[in-house]
Amino acid sequence: MTAPKEWPLWEVFIRGQHGMSHRHVGSLHAVDAEHAIRNARDVYTRRNEGVSIWVVEAAQITASNPSKKGPLYDPAKDKVYRHPTFYDIPEEVGKM
Amino acid sequence: MYAQMIKSEATKEDPEMLAAFQARIDAGEKIEPKDWMPEGYRKTLIRQIGQHAHSEIVGQLPEGNWITRAPTLERKANLLAKVQDEAGHGLYLYCAAETLGVSRDELTEMLLDGRMKYSSIFNYPTLTWADMGAVGWLVDGAAIMNQVPLQRTSYGPYARAMVRICKEESFHQRQGFHVMMAMVKGTKDQKRMAQDALNRFWYPALMMFGPSDKDSVHSAQNMAWKIKMNTNDELRQKFVDETVPQAEYLGLTVPDDTLNWNEETGHYNFAEPDWSEFFDVVKGNGPCNTDRINTRQKAWDAGKWVREAMVAHAEKKRARDSRSVRP
Repeated sequence: MTAPKEWPLWEVFIRGQHGMSHRHVGSLHAVDAEHAIRNARDVYTRRNEGVSIWVVEAAQITASNPSKKGPLYDPAKDKVYRHPTFYDIPEEVGKM
Repeated sequence: MYAQMIKSEATKEDPEMLAAFQARIDAGEKIEPKDWMPEGYRKTLIRQIGQHAHSEIVGQLPEGNWITRAPTLERKANLLAKVQDEAGHGLYLYCAAETLGVSRDELTEMLLDGRMKYSSIFNYPTLTWADMGAVGWLVDGAAIMNQVPLQRTSYGPYARAMVRICKEESFHQRQGFHVMMAMVKGTKDQKRMAQDALNRFWYPALMMFGPSDKDSVHSAQNMAWKIKMNTNDELRQKFVDETVPQAEYLGLTVPDDTLNWNEETGHYNFAEPDWSEFFDVVKGNGPCNTDRINTRQKAWDAGKWVREAMVAHAEKKRARDSRSVRP
């Protein structure tokens, strides 16, 4: 007996309203992209949660490694001059 | 509570790593799939989320039983929507469990061969239409008690699944109460059916929260890991306190002679369910255990060719598409 083949896993992204970006909502199993969209509609938009669905096969996603959090994000921490609050502007200049 | 008596797995990792992990949880950080986690945490969560998912899936059966016999088209549409939600909840939870390194097929097989459990409540039969009211009102009501705090559980994918589920669950309880309201305003026979449904589901609903704290051996570790947020007795008391006035509103009698309001504690005193019955049902001897698993097994077996045909069709389509794009 051969081991039964499981349907691949897909990650589902939904645009909640016009003008918003797609957001990850969860995952599901489907044989191909078309099937994944159809299942996503049933599983994730039963109450008008979206106006657009993206699906991507989970195996195609490359994720950053959580243990490398330091080397990835630390360099940004000491660059406070990237934030507007770094620059003091006198009050008489008005709103800027 | 859809997860009962979740045995906590012992863990034997580096004490320093364990302490750092516990510190993250204590600080309210979420643990995500690729983060380091103790083996015991991972295994306990698979068991808990798996049991929770199985409960949603098996939980469709007692209500599915009445879809074709709903008294009106509107009730039928309501019930269909609710049962479809349960399927959705099962799917969210299976996906959360899969992030811990167990496959969907493994989870299904563990349900079918008895290695994993589902909530004891679904081993009781739904004998009349009033049971649809009692199930929505009491069973979903008890589930909400447990699921609302679980939105803050430490494991990210589980917490996010619970947020989605809680958003949808309130409709389930309200539609059940709505059925009960119609029944108690109906004929004498309908009111009798409503009372009978409450009589049969009251104690099984209390059992959903699991055994009393004094007999609950795994609570401490699971609570430290924030995969259990409240003790069984706390949640059971909360459920009784909220449900008794609702029963009074319906003009129904909770089947407990000892039930009374305790001025001092600000809670109801109530009788514990028969725990020997609970353990017997969990062991597989409830009225519907065999029937429920047989139904799932039949669906799994009968669906095999569909699952395979879908894969074969997708492969054929892929092969055809890749041929047609060739220059």
